[in-house]
Amino acid sequence: MGIVNRGFKGRHRQAGAGLIPPGQYLVDDFPVLTAGPTQFTPLEEWDFTIVDESGTQAARWTWDQFRTLPAEDITVDIHCVTKWSKLGTHWRGVSVDTLIGNIETSAEYVVAVCDGGYTTNLPLADLLDGQAWVAFGYGGEELESEHGGPARLLVPHLYFWKSAKWVRGLQLRTEDEPGFWESVGYHNYGDPWREQRYWGD
Amino acid sequence: MKWLVATVAETIPETASAVTIRLDVPDWPGHSAGQHVDLRLTAEDGYQAQRSYSIASPPGSAQLELTVVRIEDGEVSPYLAGDLDVGDQIELRGPIGGYFVWVGSDDRPVLLAGGGSGVVPLMAMLRHHAATGSGAAMHLVYSARTAADVLYQDELAKLADDPHRAVTITLTRQGDTGWAGRRGRVDADLLADAGWPPTVGPHCYVCGPDTFVEGVANVLVAMGHDQRNVKTERFGPTGG
Repeated sequence: MGIVNRGFKGRHRQAGAGLIPPGQYLVDDFPVLTAGPTQFTPLEEWDFTIVDESGTQAARWTWDQFRTLPAEDITVDIHCVTKWSKLGTHWRGVSVDTLIGNIETSAEYVVAVCDGGYTTNLPLADLLDGQAWVAFGYGGEELESEHGGPARLLVPHLYFWKSAKWVRGLQLRTEDEPGFWESVGYHNYGDPWREQRYWGD
Repeated sequence: MKWLVATVAETIPETASAVTIRLDVPDWPGHSAGQHVDLRLTAEDGYQAQRSYSIASPPGSAQLELTVVRIEDGEVSPYLAGDLDVGDQIELRGPIGGYFVWVGSDDRPVLLAGGGSGVVPLMAMLRHHAATGSGAAMHLVYSARTAADVLYQDELAKLADDPHRAVTITLTRQGDTGWAGRRGRVDADLLADAGWPPTVGPHCYVCGPDTFVEGVANVLVAMGHDQRNVKTERFGPTGG
């Protein structure tokens, strides 16, 4: 397009160059972004369910059961569609492979469902093979409510709105169905390295 | 989404640190009150930086207005609020965000709560309300640090001079001995005074820094407002 903003210099040599996708900038803090109020579900009411493509509940864990599942420490870079990226974040969580690895399914899509009514859609393949977790720990502490605790989805290779806060379950689907942000202008897939922020990107 | 080339038509100082930038944007597709744009700045060596800014102008206005508050160590806002001149071109795309919007499709009351520059998208809603002669009641609660930080002060006074609209400004920092209005944070008392009981089911829009939005949204839910009626838009102090 050839527009040059004379006098604009910017921070070229910022740390993390090469690790930050196009149009992103590095932050040290952890901004919070939500469409509505923070959710506070008591742990005794919390559960996590997998519903298969026929609408049948295929698995369910209470909080205590969930916490007995094998957990992993995860160190990943995260990229929010609002332009911030944060490098080397430390999480603890249960791999989605552990949660749905044994479920017989022909579904190719997943809708993550959350307290507060938030949803986000992903291809099932993007949640498997060590690419996604249900995270309950951050920075060595329990994950705070403001950041999606007690547990959130963690899918670091996609824009962070796909890492749904306050996640309570995964619904397997044969058809792709746009989630909350995907229905109001945000990209259906959301690969930060291809800068898939909005519809048509 | 396509990048558009906007031309700066006017810059209007709002406060010591905030400027409204009025832009001519050929091919602007139109927007709803509450939406934002992405701006992209390009340095002479090709380096680019992007940031999001809320739209202050109402739907249907001939020019697009953004209000930018300078963040001293920010990468983009000091340029926008200090170096940008009339006639300069800048790339943008939008409108973005289809949830934090008020389109005025019903007459339910509307409570707007803004902290700092979080008032900007709410201003688009107030202006849209005035421009359309909406019969919905719309009340703004606006928290600023000092009287000198209050954006759109004169226009807010004029907008409030209407039976369907009200504006309550509260200052959070001590001082300003000449200030006769409210002081202190936006709490349950202020929201009860300025808003409506949950039984009325008002639309609530809360925009501002993390801590402001977290506090106000939690209070609204604790007061009994249906959380589906509470829409939030947050921004951190970073980046700007």
